[in-house]
Amino acid sequence: MEHHHLTPRDWDVVADDPTFRDLLSKRRRFVIPATIFFAAYYFSLPILVGAAPALMRAPVWGDLTFGYIFAFSQFAMAWILLALYVRRAKTFDELEAKVVARVREELEAL
Amino acid sequence: MTPGIGMFGLFVIATLIITAWASARNTTSKGFFTAHREISGVQNGWAIAGDYMSAASFLGITGLIAFYGFDGFMYSVGWLVAYLTVLFLVAEPLRNVGKYTMADLISFRLRGHPVRAMAAISTLVVALIYMIAQMVGAGSVINLLVPQLGYSTTIVAVGTIMLIYVIFGGMLATTWVQIVKAGLLLTAALIMSFLVMLHFGFSLPAFFHAAANINAAGSTGAVRNLLQPGLLYQGSLGKLDLISLGLALVLGTAGLPHILMRFYTVPTAKAARTSVAWAMSLIGVFYLSTTFMGLGAATILGQENIGIRLSNGDAIRYIAVHYDQSKALTAEYKRNGDQYLVVQPNDNLAAPLLAAKLGGEYFMAFVAAVAFATILAVVAGLTISASSAIAHDIWWNIVRKGRGDEREQMIVARTTAIVVGGLAIFLSIGLRTLNIAFLVGLAFAVAASANVPSILLSLSWRRFNHIGALSGMIAGLASSLFFIAISPAVMGIDLPGAATHHIIQANPLFPLQNPGLVSIPIGLIAAILGTLFSKDEQAETDFNQLVVRANTGMGAEV
Repeated sequence: MEHHHLTPRDWDVVADDPTFRDLLSKRRRFVIPATIFFAAYYFSLPILVGAAPALMRAPVWGDLTFGYIFAFSQFAMAWILLALYVRRAKTFDELEAKVVARVREELEAL
Repeated sequence: MTPGIGMFGLFVIATLIITAWASARNTTSKGFFTAHREISGVQNGWAIAGDYMSAASFLGITGLIAFYGFDGFMYSVGWLVAYLTVLFLVAEPLRNVGKYTMADLISFRLRGHPVRAMAAISTLVVALIYMIAQMVGAGSVINLLVPQLGYSTTIVAVGTIMLIYVIFGGMLATTWVQIVKAGLLLTAALIMSFLVMLHFGFSLPAFFHAAANINAAGSTGAVRNLLQPGLLYQGSLGKLDLISLGLALVLGTAGLPHILMRFYTVPTAKAARTSVAWAMSLIGVFYLSTTFMGLGAATILGQENIGIRLSNGDAIRYIAVHYDQSKALTAEYKRNGDQYLVVQPNDNLAAPLLAAKLGGEYFMAFVAAVAFATILAVVAGLTISASSAIAHDIWWNIVRKGRGDEREQMIVARTTAIVVGGLAIFLSIGLRTLNIAFLVGLAFAVAASANVPSILLSLSWRRFNHIGALSGMIAGLASSLFFIAISPAVMGIDLPGAATHHIIQANPLFPLQNPGLVSIPIGLIAAILGTLFSKDEQAETDFNQLVVRANTGMGAEV
């Protein structure tokens, strides 16, 4: 797929294409909240170490502390977000294929 | 010949056969830097894991968890979560927009050569710091495990074998070395975790109970709970240090040149996504196992046994130097007639010593060989990324303005690999006695402060321009280097007889170990201010092209 011959004007046309706008907004609607969520979840770990040391030190399951369980839960959090993203990305791929197919048609029509 | 050298020899022979096979295909710069973009997503996931799980993770983190429990495990958490940044924001756009390097993405719509040159310099700085950390670590640890190999011999051997992979086999050989090594390292970590749990009759409560009741090394009768925070990062500064470290780890990964470069080895952005998915699965399993290895070493070996057993003469000198500083030392040595038994603590040895205890001499030899293989694979990846910054960014794009021939570019690529590898060997031999533990943290801090703001702003902010990128990269690089230079990692007053030395013998001027908390905001703010004080219409116009390419793969390098 060579698109080097697209002019700056063509890139603008694709950028305004409704399907492409849809792709961008769908992507942002996933990525921005997911990034905010994982940053908040991750940084609450070191912040709680400083802010709530008694909670972090408290044994919850046998000798296992709340802090260590919270640290383990970061792994689950990362893997769940990974799975959600990979699933959602199928939608992105479908929209992307539509945009690419349309651009190709328009170029061939020229 | 010890079993360790034997097993390592097998690994070297196998990887050299791979290199010979790969060398036939390593004839163009595209082959050299990207293995012809024919690596599959799954293969690349394994290779990223192999590139990322360094000796610092395997030996260093296991040791930190063995001595400090929870606080050491914070590294494991940060190093996995960091991949969400790569997955959501960087991997796919990078593959769609760039050709060989990080600078390709940053300078895509930004005017002029200075941006590319600065991105290349930053790449070189990060790669070189990271390489020295790996090689000095390699030299010290292998020297302990296989004393027949001297320190300098080890460094030269690592450097030479790694350069053979890179120069003859290029990215294809390096990729397969990383894949093989990732498999070996995961196998070693899982076997060790299994043996630790076998020791505790597969009872997690029993395992955690033991970890919560450790007889602290060096103190008499005190009990440590390794499941609680605060053993390493103490007091109010410790709390800030933990946040600073977390920030550098989570953002820095997305700016590590040797990791970014791996996304150019796959055919499409979709395959880049698959690679992150596989890498996160493998890396997560590995970092979970560091808890079992680290706490296992503390409980099964005992902290007082993790280190180097000194000979009688060294033991007497060690006691003489350390005795007055702490009465606690009395618990660290035993006297038997004229014989003193002293174990000098060394947290890098937790994993190999645990392997010896659980699986005997041959398993320890396997683990030592894996540690050696780990260093080789990581250093090879770093060398290729440093070479790409010089050959592709500086030589091809800036000096030759994109008009050299293929043969010349290959010569430049190979020559720079030799120069960078040689420089790393030379510096690593010279820096032998320095306390290098801070170097990996520094590499992440530089990457997060200098590279990541420009990568993210370039992709997301239409207004962003070359002045913003330049000021952000320069401020991020300079501030992270400056603050580390006046931090306790570099400045400190050494006690007589200490095994490693601080570079500056004075009290530190900056309180935090890791500069990220200060230098990352400085890099980001400088990038934003630089942009606001200047204007580049062309960069704003070309933003559409960047966004379309990044999100659709139109015009992507094939």
